[in-house]
Amino acid sequence: MSLDFSIVPSFLDMLFEGAMWTFFLTVLSIIFSLIFGTFFAIMQLSRYRLFKFFTRFFVWIFMGTPLLLQVYLIYFGLVQIGLNLNAFTAGVIALSLHFSVYNSDIIRSGIFAVDKGHFEASRSLGLSHSQTMRKVVVPQALHMVMPALGNMMIALLKESSLISIIGVMELTLSAQRAISETFHPFEFYVTAAAIYYIFNLMLEWAIKNVEARSAKYR
Amino acid sequence: MDFELILRVFPFLFKAALVTVHVSVLSICLGLVIGSISAAANFSRYSFVRWPARFYVSFFRGTPALIQLFILYFGGPQIGINLEPMAAGVIGLGINIGAYMSESIRGAIIAVDKGQIEAGRSLGLGKLQVQRKIIIPQAARLMIRPIGVNSIGLIKGSVIVSTISVIELTFTAHRFISSTYKPFELFIAASALYLVIVSIVSFIVDRLDEHFALEV
Repeated sequence: MSLDFSIVPSFLDMLFEGAMWTFFLTVLSIIFSLIFGTFFAIMQLSRYRLFKFFTRFFVWIFMGTPLLLQVYLIYFGLVQIGLNLNAFTAGVIALSLHFSVYNSDIIRSGIFAVDKGHFEASRSLGLSHSQTMRKVVVPQALHMVMPALGNMMIALLKESSLISIIGVMELTLSAQRAISETFHPFEFYVTAAAIYYIFNLMLEWAIKNVEARSAKYR
Repeated sequence: MDFELILRVFPFLFKAALVTVHVSVLSICLGLVIGSISAAANFSRYSFVRWPARFYVSFFRGTPALIQLFILYFGGPQIGINLEPMAAGVIGLGINIGAYMSESIRGAIIAVDKGQIEAGRSLGLGKLQVQRKIIIPQAARLMIRPIGVNSIGLIKGSVIVSTISVIELTFTAHRFISSTYKPFELFIAASALYLVIVSIVSFIVDRLDEHFALEV
């Protein structure tokens, strides 16, 4: 069997459709991972020890186990206790939970990194606690954590390929379907890799833009 | 929850976990070798040496490891590379993590103060001597943590070799599920074993990092 890239164009429709699903999967998971991540970060900064303890435990579990097993557990395992999710939902939940624990650590360290003097200065100028957080601490923290959060988003995009294993018709699985019709794995996997790479560049570009915008809060 | 089942399959899962460790250790070693070469090539003054190294890092960090593994294992035979699942798994993971290792090594070398090179040079040491005796020993300490983080990532990432039927922890868990229909218990048991491995490795990395931390 030799290489023949000329068969790829006739399957591009299929690959693009898969790429769309990869896009949705990634964007939804990024949004939820940021929301959950912020939530877990706040929980970890809570003054109640119980909250703190449970969140730390949760973070430890999710950081120490492979994403694929979390996907399996949410998709196949939860059926056993009566929770029947479709593959796409299970994929979004697994990806966003997995990356939210990393995001929470990043966000937490960002909040710690803001000089305490800023907080005190703002409070003594008469701003309330929530105003101080919203207008002084968070914007500065956001600028500091953007690069690290961006890396996580890029990692999420790549890891979303694992969701193909539970049968979501995203880019990787579309490539597999094209392969099962043509028996040319090399060409289609390379094409899929190229599409992932382009997505990656686009995401990097978007992150750079957000970073530049947040620079005014430095 | 069927705890009895977990106890019964535990010895088999434990053995499979050793395969996961085996695959991970081999891939990390391969990754370190490739990563060091690539990092060195990145500093080369010749663009035809630099360029392939940059391309390697950019491609392997920019695409999913799963796809890379599939290109090697399923696409390999088309270009004359026929590998057993185990070999393909180790090579695929190793080449992938090598790109990350390369960046960690390069980052650590760049992080060493430039004044150190200048000081070494003005004390009469040759370029290679400066690298060997001044830069590398300092950079090596800075590398411990990032290399440790990469290694932990690789251990968790090694689950993907189960998709090309390497009989490691995840694959074994799957096999028991198809005979017992108890995914919940088996995936929890497998996750617990990964958690143990990862916790041990991160403990070791922490101690190493502490031990070799620069006294400043």
